[in-house]
Amino acid sequence: MTETKRKWQLKHSIVLLRVLIGWHFLYEGVIKLYNPDWTSFGYLATAQGPLEPLFLAIAKEPMIGWADTLNWLALMFVGITFLLGIFEKKGALVGILLLALYYLAHPAFPWLQQVNVEGSYWFINKNLIELAACLVIYQFPTGQYFGLTNLFNKDKEQTKTETL
Amino acid sequence: MKWTRRDVLKGLGGIPILGAVWWAGAANAVSKNRERTAILEQLNIQPSLPSAVKAIEGEPVRVGIIGFGIRGEQLCRALGYATKEWLEEMEQAAKEDPNHSRLKDFLNQDKLNIKLTAVCDVYDVRAERVIDSFSTDDAQVVRFKTYQEMIRSGKVDAVVIATPDHWHAPMAIDALENGIHAYVEKPMTHTVSETYRLREAAEKSKAVLMVGHQHRQTMSFQTAQDIVTKGVLGHVSLVQTNTNRNDDNGAWNYHIEDEATPQTIDWDQFLGSAPKIPFNKNHFFRWRKWWAYGSGLSGDLLTHDYDRLNCVLKMGIPSSVTTSGGIYTHNDGRNVPDVLQVNMEFPEFSTGSSQAKGKEKGMTFVYSATLGNGFNRPTILMGHDGTMELGNRLTIWPDSRSTKYAGLLESGKMNPSIPVYSYDPGASVPDAVSSATSQYFADKGLMWTYINGARVDSTFLHLREWLSCTRNGGKVSCGINEGFDEAISAHMGGLSYKLGRKIEWDAATQRLVPIEGIDFDEVLLSSM
Repeated sequence: MTETKRKWQLKHSIVLLRVLIGWHFLYEGVIKLYNPDWTSFGYLATAQGPLEPLFLAIAKEPMIGWADTLNWLALMFVGITFLLGIFEKKGALVGILLLALYYLAHPAFPWLQQVNVEGSYWFINKNLIELAACLVIYQFPTGQYFGLTNLFNKDKEQTKTETL
Repeated sequence: MKWTRRDVLKGLGGIPILGAVWWAGAANAVSKNRERTAILEQLNIQPSLPSAVKAIEGEPVRVGIIGFGIRGEQLCRALGYATKEWLEEMEQAAKEDPNHSRLKDFLNQDKLNIKLTAVCDVYDVRAERVIDSFSTDDAQVVRFKTYQEMIRSGKVDAVVIATPDHWHAPMAIDALENGIHAYVEKPMTHTVSETYRLREAAEKSKAVLMVGHQHRQTMSFQTAQDIVTKGVLGHVSLVQTNTNRNDDNGAWNYHIEDEATPQTIDWDQFLGSAPKIPFNKNHFFRWRKWWAYGSGLSGDLLTHDYDRLNCVLKMGIPSSVTTSGGIYTHNDGRNVPDVLQVNMEFPEFSTGSSQAKGKEKGMTFVYSATLGNGFNRPTILMGHDGTMELGNRLTIWPDSRSTKYAGLLESGKMNPSIPVYSYDPGASVPDAVSSATSQYFADKGLMWTYINGARVDSTFLHLREWLSCTRNGGKVSCGINEGFDEAISAHMGGLSYKLGRKIEWDAATQRLVPIEGIDFDEVLLSSM
């Protein structure tokens, strides 16, 4: 009984985590989609750390146009999959990739000057934490409890619940 | 497959959240855009694009360099000629620091259809450096011992003059009188009378004169003109410009080379019209520190700031100038001041007014300089409706008591502490209400020396425009009229400092108002 309750609580916590992350990603994506002047140029052009040359290369034409489009597309993909609870594993992978790029463009290394940060960080910053949270979503998909997966894969739900 | 109501709720529960977030994001972005657009429409500023310059067709323009010191070398690089030593040094620097891009920028610079054919420098080492670095198998750079020989040699179509100030006008006049195009460094002249003589020579000559104020090529300055013309700032009553330097180089204490001896330097030619004194390496390499060869802060650095503003405001020569200053941080034998405050009055000048007619008129231009502090004070134009920071990047703040923006300020659509406009040639679009983020990036200097995404040297653009005009005709952006304004205004600043009194300009007669018993040229050249 205790075991079942714990699983129930974990399940709900992960659903909550998924919805919150999805909310965050979707909002970031929509804001960019509806602002025709938005560009990632500034973020990329000020990149620091070992991958700086790569980000600087992306900041140039014609790459920058692709980078901007792919960025909001990826953000919205993660947001939509997480909120709707479908293809969330794919969404989580995209989210991990995106956050890894964000982190690497401005790594929270103590020997680098921290650009535009609202807190104090030592190696670990919020991007990295959100990345780890996406890892959890990837390992514990919850679309079958809360999400469209619940409707489409109804049979599987029973078995999965038992194995959790 | 049977769905219970619970299944449907749990299955579709994410949809309303998705809808809500989407709606909120879209509504926020759209309303912000609308506010931005409304402000931008009201301001109606047209960011300028690089102006098209006609290519130099046919045979390359043959260029001679007169004076291959620090600035001469920079000008040659802008023409596409870098010394071997510089290339090696920059290659090394780029190896040590991948961000060091000066070599890359130089190599990326467009090639001009020119040939550096001649050099004239009184110092053998520098002349030989030019010959050694820029001669090719089929085109040997020829050295001339005097500028007169070079100008009359038939080997040059154009000369670049980068000598001490006291040589600017004599050389430029001689070139123009012989039909040779001339690019002359600032200040255009060293004395008042020379300024008139050079103007006469330029007006009579078919050759093209360009004064070396390369910042006229800066995109933001052209945009700033549009901003002022459209009355975005309202009536500008005060302009503040500054020089802040705190290092040896900035104080003109340049490196003195060991190879310099009476044998390697034609000392008499260096002195020219300057008082005859024995050979002095200090004077040769650090000539900017003495009135005999240089023009002090007023001629050397004020000219840049004055011309920057004259380019934007076209205010012309001030009706009066008062200057104060002294040698306060570098008592090293120099006789030019190292702290200087110049106030230029333009009582009739106006950039337009948003208030009752006749209420506003007149402007003071302040130039404040020290060679003993490096704190960066920006150039600021202060208008009744707004304040503009002018640099490579432009930023405009509305004034809290603006008449023009009173409605927008009251409704909260504008905020005096938030810029309403920020222009950045490096960014793809102007940012109407700039965020802290874009402000930060811009402040870092990352975005503003780009044209179409490439870092461009404004000296290169300035030289290119001049060279194109020599072949294709057209008007240069800093010709004799702009140079005349610059030189007279700078000399007024220097005279006021030296005489300790107000110097006035009579616009009707185009002359300085005489002061009894005073010869202005003598004062300018005197050691105090």
